[in-house]
Amino acid sequence: MSMGRTLYQKLWDSHVVSEQSDGSTILYVDRHILQEVSTHQSFEMMRAANRKARRPGTNLAVPDHGVPTDDRSGPIRDPLAAAQVARLAENASHFGLPYIDLKDERQGIVHVVGPEQGFTIPGITLVCGDSHTSTHGAFGALAFGIGASECATVLATQCLVQHRARTMEVRVEGVLRDGVCAKDVALALISRIGIGGAVGYAIEYRGRVIEEMSMAARMTLCNMSIEAGARVGLIAPDETTFAYVRGRPYAPSGATFDRAVGYWKTLSTDPDAAFDKSLTIDASEIAPYVTWGTSPQDACPIGGRIPDPGAAPDAETGARWKRAIDYMGLMPGAPLEGVAIDRVFIGSCTNGRIEDLRSAARVAAGRKVADTVRAMVVPGSTLVKKQAEAEGLDRIFLNAGFEWRESGCSMCVAMNADRLAPGERCASTSNRNFEGRQGRGGRTHLMSPAMAAAAAIAGHLVDVRKLEI
Amino acid sequence: MPQPFVRITGVAAPLLEDHIDTDLIFPARYLLLMERNGLGDYLFRDRRRKATGEQIEDFILNRPPYTTAKILLAGDNFGCGSSREQAVWALSDFGIRCVVAPSFGEIFHANCARSGLLAVQLPAEAVRRLAEDCAGHEVTVDLPEQVIQVGASVVPFQIKPGIKEALLNGWDEIDVLLAKHAAGIETFEQRQRQVQPWLYE
Ligand code: SF4
Repeated sequence: MSMGRTLYQKLWDSHVVSEQSDGSTILYVDRHILQEVSTHQSFEMMRAANRKARRPGTNLAVPDHGVPTDDRSGPIRDPLAAAQVARLAENASHFGLPYIDLKDERQGIVHVVGPEQGFTIPGITLVCGDSHTSTHGAFGALAFGIGASECATVLATQCLVQHRARTMEVRVEGVLRDGVCAKDVALALISRIGIGGAVGYAIEYRGRVIEEMSMAARMTLCNMSIEAGARVGLIAPDETTFAYVRGRPYAPSGATFDRAVGYWKTLSTDPDAAFDKSLTIDASEIAPYVTWGTSPQDACPIGGRIPDPGAAPDAETGARWKRAIDYMGLMPGAPLEGVAIDRVFIGSCTNGRIEDLRSAARVAAGRKVADTVRAMVVPGSTLVKKQAEAEGLDRIFLNAGFEWRESGCSMCVAMNADRLAPGERCASTSNRNFEGRQGRGGRTHLMSPAMAAAAAIAGHLVDVRKLEI
Repeated sequence: MPQPFVRITGVAAPLLEDHIDTDLIFPARYLLLMERNGLGDYLFRDRRRKATGEQIEDFILNRPPYTTAKILLAGDNFGCGSSREQAVWALSDFGIRCVVAPSFGEIFHANCARSGLLAVQLPAEAVRRLAEDCAGHEVTVDLPEQVIQVGASVVPFQIKPGIKEALLNGWDEIDVLLAKHAAGIETFEQRQRQVQPWLYE
């Protein structure tokens, strides 16, 4: 009896170059995105061995991590960041790779740019020296983050040595309540299974809520898969996907597009396929989520309380909670709502797309950022920025007292001047609340764009549903 | 070419916290540096030094004999988070050649072998016992025999044959792929061109 295959298995099978006797697979890589921070050593390795890029046109390079988000009219002022961006440009030119310059309107965060340019399409394998490459799985592409050595391997061979993952089905059924979005689904999932909960698995998100999601929402969800430990997060391509991809610069066009859609439609999990693990989330039970600790799994509904280490299930968890609560400067047992914040960051590859900015702007419209708060909006790409400006969102943010900045990773990773001072507390739409992630000693609370905007207005963590929108 | 790994003997430092992420191992702000060598100074930077640069004496890698540790005993999900290979290079540059943990972040794990760092997966209980046994003793990690030895106790470990071979020989993955699979890659591309021609336009 033949068993059906999951989406992951189909994508995997269609990229096998060779299966090795030790269980590993030589997997073909169709596309590779490069940023300035994780690739300089990859190029060094290439140069040292005098190698060429096998298919230069399958790569796309763009600077995003360390770029300034204030004034970009002149050269980059930070000499280290300037050197790194210059090195990427020089390497792209040396190896003949397509390169998007900082001053180009297509510039932005790799995981926003790839989809926006139609470089990300269903059915492909796509890699990048960045763990949030899982984002691109929203298109039904097998996409995952790799290290710098692997980037060199891909450049030189279009291949990687990989081990097949197990598969996990995450069904999100029911209907999301008002004020609840993909970010809340992601945090609800991670708080349930833990940040190691999906290590070794490729997640496929399915169910009614997923089918009804926009591409932006799907990307937010797949983006956060790595925060549950999964290198891969997938969603089967459907009409929403095809409509998004159609007409984008790198996407197939004309008759080829129709032929491609015919192929892409075969990319879904067969009804009789089996997953190694399955779980279901009832969407109607999800409230807006906020993190309280130093790991994305330290999340709870905004109406909840900071946990008491004394009530932890075991001593190790209690010790970890205590360390996190101390670092975050919080009180065990205190309500999350009402915790005063100093900074707000709206942006990143998780929540820096136009839909995210619209949802934050709806909350900010006609209101003012609290006096005690410094809030910034950093679009995920320059095209997102232009679109937002065409819709008047920049005016809404500026009138409310938000800073309106140029695109880049910014305070998600704090490699440029956008960072928290020690002890500062931030409501952030990014994906990691690790110690020091937004600046040494900085305290990060992860949440959705609407919740972050609401926190900016209130001056403290607050349930966005309590503001009249 | 990565440094081959055969057998090492040295101090093992226990750092048994779970979910040590790569931001902690190598803070993002140092990713602006473009060197690959000399990163050991930034390893666990915010645990090892105050913002003023002053050493934090009670952090394990600041306390002799652990300042010369060659082996790190870690908790669950070590190296989770970002894909930065600098985390591996910083460990190596500090002198650590082997990390033993119950589980690893997947990308970190994949990066290890490619930069000559041996990642050994053992059950949490076994790692804890090693941490107790190694106090005051040197530890030997023997890759050909696949054992960790402390005094009289010998702990066997599993490793994928492909990774073992690559580590033992310090193989460059690209050389191996091109030597063994050049024809296979070409055949794949010809086949794929028929099915998904839009990937070749
Ligand atoms: S926005 Fe943050 S998570 Fe996303 S690619 Fe940039 S640094 Fe990484």
